[in-house]
Amino acid sequence: MVSLSPKNIPAANLSAEQLEQGHSLWHDAWIRLRKNKLAVISAAWLITLFLLCGIGPFFAQPYYEQNLDLAAVSPCAAHWLGTDTLGRDLFARLLYGGRISLTVGLVATFVALTIGVTYGAVSGNAGGKTDAVMMRFVEIVAAMPFTVFVILLMVWFGRDIYLLFLAIGAVEWLTMARIVRGQIMAVKKMEFIEAARSLGLSNTRIIFRHMIPNILGPIIVYTTLTIPSVMLLEAFLSFLGLGVQPPMSSWGSLIKDGAEKMEEFPWLLVAPGAVFSLTLFSLNFLGDGLRDALDVRASKD
Amino acid sequence: MLRFVFRRFLQTIPVLIVIVTAAFFLVRFMPGGPFDSEKATTPEIRKNLEHYYGYDLPLYQQYFNYLNRVAHGDLGISMKYLNRTVNEIVVDKLPVSLELGALSLLIALIIGLPLGVAASLRPNTWLDYLASGFAMTGICLPTFVLGPLLVLVFAIYCGWFNASGWFEPSDRLLPSLTLGLHYAAYIARLTRGGMLDVLNQDYIRTAKAKGASTVRVVLKHALRGGVLPVVSFLGPAIAGILTGSFVIETVFQIPGLGREFVNSVSNRDGSLICGLALLYAAFLIFLNLVVDLALAWLNPKLKFE
Repeated sequence: MVSLSPKNIPAANLSAEQLEQGHSLWHDAWIRLRKNKLAVISAAWLITLFLLCGIGPFFAQPYYEQNLDLAAVSPCAAHWLGTDTLGRDLFARLLYGGRISLTVGLVATFVALTIGVTYGAVSGNAGGKTDAVMMRFVEIVAAMPFTVFVILLMVWFGRDIYLLFLAIGAVEWLTMARIVRGQIMAVKKMEFIEAARSLGLSNTRIIFRHMIPNILGPIIVYTTLTIPSVMLLEAFLSFLGLGVQPPMSSWGSLIKDGAEKMEEFPWLLVAPGAVFSLTLFSLNFLGDGLRDALDVRASKD
Repeated sequence: MLRFVFRRFLQTIPVLIVIVTAAFFLVRFMPGGPFDSEKATTPEIRKNLEHYYGYDLPLYQQYFNYLNRVAHGDLGISMKYLNRTVNEIVVDKLPVSLELGALSLLIALIIGLPLGVAASLRPNTWLDYLASGFAMTGICLPTFVLGPLLVLVFAIYCGWFNASGWFEPSDRLLPSLTLGLHYAAYIARLTRGGMLDVLNQDYIRTAKAKGASTVRVVLKHALRGGVLPVVSFLGPAIAGILTGSFVIETVFQIPGLGREFVNSVSNRDGSLICGLALLYAAFLIFLNLVVDLALAWLNPKLKFE
């Protein structure tokens, strides 16, 4: 995706340049995105959620504070979403859990992004045998059952949340690598890369300063779509009791607790389930919106 | 065709070896061994246990012993269930998981395909929006939220089904519906997209011009091309259904292989973890091969490369 705004046209065309001003690719995309109501609502929900989870816990009561006199209170004025069987405020636990879930989502995606973009860019830029070998490796890894593999990794890293990020990130980078490789192959033959080469720039510099900025569109879109799948994987593990360990809680482990007690206290399942599903909805809608806005037409796999 | 199958078969061998190796060493060096328990064991008992499972041999020898046994179809002895081999556990539990998986896949296809076809025939009408809404909901609502919700509504409030267990035929419905609906959503979306592409082709217009009915156009002409995206999705989908059964079997207390796998990780039952991981991997690789063959059969333009 090459920016179309003219940069070095002669002075005679100045008026034309002024006309072009403010219509860069990103500006157009922003205008298109704003027209997509679902994407805007999704973005608003996500921002609210980030603020609530980021700042909220400073004002709410601590999530671990137990009060057995108030065990399993249904939603009321003092406890907006009720309390769990140990008398912990569910709203506070949701906010803390959100911190963990969102952090896992962002950090693991960042890990996947770093590995995927670097790998894909190197492979696509090298071409030939190197490319064939590197992509063969991706195919082999892709043939492995992800979930089984992550569960295997949890045997090792189960108690350490930071390693959980790494484990999830380490299996989610494959799609990103394939997409970046495809895009790099397309960009690599263009004149401005040839110009950069004739200037004698190093491969590293060409990849990171010239190629990647030009394929940011697809990267952003697939990053947005990777976050929900990462969060889903974390919640899946926590639901099975293999992810975040108590007293810490993520949305997945809250859903697990809720499902165990839903017969008597259904709000313990409904609230975390709703918040989690809404967040996944929003991330997917935002990703789809960005894809339309940036007009990314690469297939998903 | 036979050469293609043979070559693909050869390609799976390195993948399987990588998986066995990874699983073996991950499990062998995992923190918290299978012989750690709350009860104190004397050094003698521990030594005997380690000897029984071959843990006292040099590592490389253990590894090659394991490879050799796996190659002969023996997955070893469980470390948690006394005197049971992994093979016995698989034979015992696998049919349950297969039944769950097959039913879920059936539900996914029965709901997903017609919905997708209907949406593609009437694009941008309420029917299309309904199908797309269903698809988005199904994709974003995780099975571990939907499952407990279904239990809450239909088993606990309405009392129509048992909340858990795997005894009567009616016990099959909620679990396979939970898992099936999720994939029905994907299938509906993919069918809609695939059919929309096909319905714009010239040969469909020709068929219509010749007076073929909508049903005939869809069934006889469009569907074969329209379901291509669905078929290529079936590989990952079956993989997802297999691993999705981890959650479903936990939620509904179904005595299947998925729950066994999750428990084996909590129990640190090395041979069971290793054996089941390998089994799942082999399954997925085999299914991917089947999907590739089906794709080539449906779409003659694809050559067996």
